[in-house]
Amino acid sequence: MKVLVAVKRVVDYNVKVRVKADNSGVDLANVKMSMNPFCEIAVEEAVRLKEKGVATEIVVVTIGPSTAQEQLRTALALGADRAVLVESAEELNSLAVAKLLKAVVDKEQPQLVILGKQAIDSDNNQTGQMLAALSGFAQGTFASKVEVAGDKVNVTREIDGGLQTVALNLPAIVTTDLRLNEPRYASLPNIMKAKKKPLETVTPDALGVSTASTTKTLKVEAPAARSAGIKVKSVAELVEKLKNEAKVI
Amino acid sequence: MTILVIAEHENGAVAPATLNTVAAAAKIGGDIHVLVAGQGVGAVAEAAAKIAGVSKVLVADNAAYAHQLPENVAPLVAEIGKGYSHVLAPATSNGKNILPRVAALLDVDQISEIISVESADTFKRPIYAGNAIATVQSSAAVKVITVRATGFDAVAAEGGLAAVEAVAAAHDAGTSAFVGEELAKSDRPELTAAKIVVSGGRGMQNGDNFKHLYALADKLGAAVGASRAAVDAGFVPNDMQVGQTGKIVAPQLYIAVGISGAIQHLAGMKDAKVIVAINKDEEAPIFQVADYGLVADLFEAVPELENLL
Repeated sequence: MKVLVAVKRVVDYNVKVRVKADNSGVDLANVKMSMNPFCEIAVEEAVRLKEKGVATEIVVVTIGPSTAQEQLRTALALGADRAVLVESAEELNSLAVAKLLKAVVDKEQPQLVILGKQAIDSDNNQTGQMLAALSGFAQGTFASKVEVAGDKVNVTREIDGGLQTVALNLPAIVTTDLRLNEPRYASLPNIMKAKKKPLETVTPDALGVSTASTTKTLKVEAPAARSAGIKVKSVAELVEKLKNEAKVI
Repeated sequence: MTILVIAEHENGAVAPATLNTVAAAAKIGGDIHVLVAGQGVGAVAEAAAKIAGVSKVLVADNAAYAHQLPENVAPLVAEIGKGYSHVLAPATSNGKNILPRVAALLDVDQISEIISVESADTFKRPIYAGNAIATVQSSAAVKVITVRATGFDAVAAEGGLAAVEAVAAAHDAGTSAFVGEELAKSDRPELTAAKIVVSGGRGMQNGDNFKHLYALADKLGAAVGASRAAVDAGFVPNDMQVGQTGKIVAPQLYIAVGISGAIQHLAGMKDAKVIVAINKDEEAPIFQVADYGLVADLFEAVPELENLL
């Protein structure tokens, strides 16, 4: 079966971001960018499905600026077969992204679509669910285990109190949680080979999708800083402070 | 303006996060209705009717809504939600699973994990693992929002007298089925609602050593949490994880033991009123947010702390 994987170019998870002085957003100039960690897990799961003989083709898609080609090449180096870039310079909301992905799903007709559960920049946790709604597919969000069995996929999900397993009819949408797998690194020969794999570029207009949004960001601020704490010398002093100064125990 | 709040419930009781979500609805202002969807949820509906500030409870009791499968619940919420100015749900795993699906069915953006209400259409929410706070304005006809429970003080669970009304609509997409679940058992308070949280990280070295934290937690009436490192190493189950990708907590007291304090962990606990860090590495980033830091070997400090309480 064909598997579609959506990936996103985001600020690297190790970067401590800074808010711009004019409060228009965070400063992303000259900041290291990477593939969103949850998307790496999504690519890895697709590659493992192919290694097991379940998946026959892996198509990786991203929506973003032309520089997002780097992340597509990374996915190709990890084992994806071909890539689609929906090029859009502006930052899009989850619904617009889901609509664009729906157009790609209609064209590619995958049996399984794998996304990360959330992007670490917007922290929205929406796109997979929205794509599932638009396509009418079942959704297995926050997956920690994925097993394809015939025309169904069993997904074990991380929920607040533990784990839940659901059976979904294919085609279905799966969003990855951290414990689904440990992504591999791309080897140098595979990085070289990935340069020759096909990468198609389309525009939202060509897909016939409007990216209009009902939400606008008025400002972005730094969170309130905590006042500096103190170092205590002993456990006894700690207990004394917690009892008499902070009054929390 | 009328606001629809999707009730979170488990084992026949209203989950605490629902009370924080009603509090957010009260800040927006207007009539507040609560939707209880599930199977055999009569008792939940009665409890929801007593929540302070709620004027109506809608009950959709149907086998299709058991286990909150989003393929069935989302069309129900979208159908009912069309008539409301706002649809709110707690940002729990259920809320996050269902509400974006509702928003897409209504063809509007969803706003995730608000921490404050500025006005009926303007909200604040953290982005970049809590390293920035965005103020967003929505022009959507129906504003679909998940609420971060720690951002709002819970309303009273008693004192309200809402009318209960049954909803006939039955949506069964037939595309998904519940297979089973495996819930972690714990006698300690629920992590996201606990007044005190004791958390362990990689420094605990193994799962067995968490017994020191359990003993300390029992003395304090605290919940026990963990960093991602501790979960990934298999010391404890993943539902104990505090952080950007785990649970968000804001207790009165958070005690971080053997946790370095990575950005992703801080995202889940830096709104705690008082933070205590116990770590033998005095350069650990956790000390930058800790109100009280103790540079010590946790295997000596934790038992000593327990004895002194």
